[in-house]
Amino acid sequence: MFKNNYLNRFVVSRQSNGIKGLFFILFLFLITPSVGWSKEAIPVAEDPIIEKRMLALTMDLRCLVCQNESIADSRADFSNDIRREIREQIKANKTDQEIVQFLVDRYGDFVLYNPPMKPTTILLWFGPVILFLIGLGSLIVYLRRRRVQIQDVSLSQVQLERAEALLNENKKGKNV
Amino acid sequence: MMRYLIPLVAFIVLAAFLLVGLTLNPRQVPSPLIDKPAPIFQLNHLHEPDRLMASNDNLGKVWLLNVWASWCVACRDEHPLLVQLANSGIVPIYGLNYKDERNTALQWLKRYGDPYTISIVDTDGRVGIDYGVYGVPETYVIDKKGIIRHKQIGPVTVDALQKTIIPLIIELQKQV
Repeated sequence: MFKNNYLNRFVVSRQSNGIKGLFFILFLFLITPSVGWSKEAIPVAEDPIIEKRMLALTMDLRCLVCQNESIADSRADFSNDIRREIREQIKANKTDQEIVQFLVDRYGDFVLYNPPMKPTTILLWFGPVILFLIGLGSLIVYLRRRRVQIQDVSLSQVQLERAEALLNENKKGKNV
Repeated sequence: MMRYLIPLVAFIVLAAFLLVGLTLNPRQVPSPLIDKPAPIFQLNHLHEPDRLMASNDNLGKVWLLNVWASWCVACRDEHPLLVQLANSGIVPIYGLNYKDERNTALQWLKRYGDPYTISIVDTDGRVGIDYGVYGVPETYVIDKKGIIRHKQIGPVTVDALQKTIIPLIIELQKQV
């Protein structure tokens, strides 16, 4: 009620000012919070539980179009379609395994960020361990050899005396 | 001697792996559908939307399924080859119009030529998901028993046609 009166008064008093006043009124419309104009943000999915499960699943799935993104992160059309498919399958009471298998059947293991253990992926899974063991082995061999080398070096009596003499000389030099 | 040989061998092995890696195309994800039955579909024709085509209608003949869209730029590259292949009469090509708009698709065919025995429409990309489509254009070679024998990811090239696709088709056509 108050708002309307206020606006009316503005219209009356500012009419003479022409365009300027009109703009001012338009500006007022802009800053007036109006129930009729703004809506609550539409939720992304109708069902937050389904959405949560879908997101958890798609975090570990690779988008094949933009290969360094997960399907959860990707905005590609492909990922949209897969997300829609997964939502529908969740609604149809499919288990997570069934849904993942559905995608693997169509796109191969490549959609999975966690590749399954298979003969073809053994190198992938155990390669790093093998490399680590090779490294560890060479380190042990190297250290053992070095210990042997160190033990081999022994000084004769003459050398020891010379070393002592040198050290003493050094001390004198420092004192001066 | 060994001190120099081991790092050299390690380097050569690593370099060989990296070199092979350079020649691989990460976009070409091997399809798990090869040598598996082609997913069954029943879709509307593009030209006559009232008519349906089922994938089973093609049992008993070797055929190509070419996934294309008017928004797909690479499809334009391969299209003249498909028109030529269709004119040669070696193999019938069926077009799967993927996530497209009917009128645009029809115009596109008018402009660039229509190599398809029948064009079918997959508006929401569901059949695309069944076939593991992730990058249009894709072309499937399907044999007489309805089994997928080859998948060309990306545009069909002269090289791919001459070296792989046509020899494969001829061989498949000999089978009963």
